[in-house]
Amino acid sequence: MVRVASDTLNSRVPEGPLQQKWDKHLFDMKLVNPANKRKFTVIVVGTGLAGGAAAASMGELGYNVKSFCFQDSPRRAHSIAAQGGINAAKNYQNDGDSVWRLFYDTLKGGDYRAREANVHRLAQVSNNIIDQCVAQGVPFAREYGGTLSNRSFGGAQVSRTFYCRGQTGQQLLLGAYQAMMRQVSAGKVKLFARREMLELIIVDGLARGIVVRNLATGQLETHTADAVVLATGGYGNVYYLSTMAKGCNVTAAWRCARKGALFANPCYTQIHPTCIPVTGDYQSKLTLMSESLRNDGRVWVPAAKGDKRAPDQIPDAERDYYLERRYPSFGNLAPRDISSRAAKERCDAGHGVGDTGLSVFLDFRDAIKRDGEDVIRKKYGNLFHMYHKITAEDPYKQPMRIFPAVHYTMGGLWVDYNLMSNIKGLYVLGEANFSDHGANRLGASALMQGLSDGYFVIPYTIGDHLATTKLEKVPEDHPACLQAKKDAEDRITRLMSVQGKRSVDSFHRELGLLMWEKCGMARNRAGLEQVIGEIRELRERYWKDVRVLGSGATLNQSLEKAGRVADFMEFGELLAIDALNREESCGGHFREEYQTSEGEAARNDADYSYVAAWEFQGAGEEPVLHKEPLVFENVKPSTRSYK
Amino acid sequence: MSTDVLNLNLRVWRQAGPNATGGFKTYRLNGVSTHMSFLEMLDVLNEQLIAQSEEPVEFDHDCREGICGMCSLMINGQAHGPDNATTTCQLHMRRFKDGDTITIEPWRAAAFPVVRDLVVDRSAFDRIIQAGGFVSINTGNAPDGNAIPVPGVKQEVAMDGAACIGCGACVAACKNASAMLFVSAKVSQLAILPQGHPERNTRVINMVAQMDKEGFGSCTNTSECEAACPAEVSVAHIARLNREYLRASIFAEA
Repeated sequence: MVRVASDTLNSRVPEGPLQQKWDKHLFDMKLVNPANKRKFTVIVVGTGLAGGAAAASMGELGYNVKSFCFQDSPRRAHSIAAQGGINAAKNYQNDGDSVWRLFYDTLKGGDYRAREANVHRLAQVSNNIIDQCVAQGVPFAREYGGTLSNRSFGGAQVSRTFYCRGQTGQQLLLGAYQAMMRQVSAGKVKLFARREMLELIIVDGLARGIVVRNLATGQLETHTADAVVLATGGYGNVYYLSTMAKGCNVTAAWRCARKGALFANPCYTQIHPTCIPVTGDYQSKLTLMSESLRNDGRVWVPAAKGDKRAPDQIPDAERDYYLERRYPSFGNLAPRDISSRAAKERCDAGHGVGDTGLSVFLDFRDAIKRDGEDVIRKKYGNLFHMYHKITAEDPYKQPMRIFPAVHYTMGGLWVDYNLMSNIKGLYVLGEANFSDHGANRLGASALMQGLSDGYFVIPYTIGDHLATTKLEKVPEDHPACLQAKKDAEDRITRLMSVQGKRSVDSFHRELGLLMWEKCGMARNRAGLEQVIGEIRELRERYWKDVRVLGSGATLNQSLEKAGRVADFMEFGELLAIDALNREESCGGHFREEYQTSEGEAARNDADYSYVAAWEFQGAGEEPVLHKEPLVFENVKPSTRSYK
Repeated sequence: MSTDVLNLNLRVWRQAGPNATGGFKTYRLNGVSTHMSFLEMLDVLNEQLIAQSEEPVEFDHDCREGICGMCSLMINGQAHGPDNATTTCQLHMRRFKDGDTITIEPWRAAAFPVVRDLVVDRSAFDRIIQAGGFVSINTGNAPDGNAIPVPGVKQEVAMDGAACIGCGACVAACKNASAMLFVSAKVSQLAILPQGHPERNTRVINMVAQMDKEGFGSCTNTSECEAACPAEVSVAHIARLNREYLRASIFAEA
């Protein structure tokens, strides 16, 4: 029933032994003469770790960069919220780490649904990232003697995570932002804040520009260039409630998908196990508590169903430390997908705590007894403070209550080894692409990938495209530019002219609930088939009944949201179609029909060891599936076990 | 957890555009749960306004977990409201009482012009960073991360400054609308770390010059900024900036 394209996708992974592919490729790629770089203009959309690093690095090389973000400043991008840390294979702790081990852990953690060569390159450049950031003045945690500190982090048995208190993402982002602002000052990067990308401009099959809306004035602007780089983050807000910033959206990526860019593995969504539970229907977002907390906190629920006693009244013998019980060797550090499902399993079985029964305890009692409150405060002070602020409960005195929440999306636009999409000249970096995390991302790997793509991959691979492609100048009144601008204009007019009764947010909540219920932590055929129909029906109601007040010619946040939600309404359907097509459980994608007798994910390598890249055919039309077979030449896919 | 419900009067600054004349408008909002964050309360207000066909109140926000620095608001005359070390998005309605009248304004500073309603333009901060808030190191040039040891204690002080979220509360809280706390946090971080030393003099001179050019006021050491700062950046950084500035003025090469 799914339409499958006859040809398979070519990932353009270089030949040769895995360890030598990237080095060989660096030599094989064509270079742009230093004096010629200034003749090229590159658009970078998004200013998070990937986009900021890319803009800075390409500016340093001499390209003219135009950088866009929808926030009021590039420093706000949501990379800033990453708490825990960034992985690298430095082996500073002498505990047996290596590039190969980081590669292996990441590939296995992704449940063998990522491309081997990309993951290996990521592990290879991880060390350069740490060096680069230290040199920028990123204040990584240090030992008293002055060397860099490490901690172990979600699912790793070595200490390879570098961190800045609980604000690693913030510090890495500010490092990239400052590097980029240095190029702004040098005149190589031109900054366009409060701009939202609404259309991609394609000329002769090449990505040559974008149409953006100036969110402060409402004006539509056309920007042309020799290549377009998207670094626009993930699509977790299709669930409405997620740990993502409110502004995070799929619009830039989806606008490209509508123009033919393939969207890969949208069903791979990461549900993070340690978030603050939902309290009411006004809730606007969920807050993550870094999983570094699981290094010292123990996760438990009452052993008896419906036990409503205060946690300190429940003796140890009547507590179920279920992660330690089920996964003795990894215990509380079991990977995210596994920990999340285990929490859901306990809550579904009636052991959940709190008013709603939809939370579990994360308890620091034993760690505080062992190390003292001061040590715990030094490690996690800001996280405890944040928890206390939100819940009015003091985690030094009583266990935190946590529940899984949508956190990260592994799927994204399909890219080849060069990070170029199937539209030539359109590159996709960071969370916005699909390439490195397979079906599940390990902790502290998102920052690594964003910076790897931005600092150490795109500056090289984009040169190959610019050096080998004939690029005539595209004037702003080129028919393709005018058409793209008109499409964006028409859409705004259409959204403004519905003048229905319901707010954008109310529709977004409804969509989010559908997605969470039927396409969240656990999925099944019946639910997915049903939800696809429900999303289509909701989308129809949206276009008949959404109310956007005011005008398109001023700052209008309702209008901004309306465009994003309209795209989520189309994209959510694709996510469900992908989840329905993938008849196996792997990583963050759990199909109830495909599990082992112990309730673990049952992968089906024979039939589903491929990347599912979808070609848009029109809203409500069945998309066409393009497959990229996953070939494992170096690591034999095994069943993940964390027992 | 008990759920208490508040009925509130909200005095909100409404301004149609940068050049329009603004004014306060009062709204009655009933049934506000004390578990809501302040911004969730505004979401509920906006739902009510939209239902009544009145344009919703525009306000900046993004991460809603206190780190991106995008949210702002003067709440009853205090930047980010009454709680210490808290952004508006992390302020919860349990802090208020039933029947309260809450006055909500945008940041007040000439260097942060109003865009619309409660949204202001803080791009002056970007231009200050652009003037020197960085280490000039191109990608690929870095030595090994452990090549230059940095004592843990020093690194901690640098991190205290680096923790600034760039929200602008320091400016809004200051009677002179001075940006000294913001500027000093970055100058201080990079002056403490060895990586920042080569450009120490030019950085402080250029950043302070840009700060003045943007129209921020002078620092008179009142410390309102520190009291309002959600990231708890200390005025000790301002003292360090002053030392750096003096040092640079005396020793910098022309």
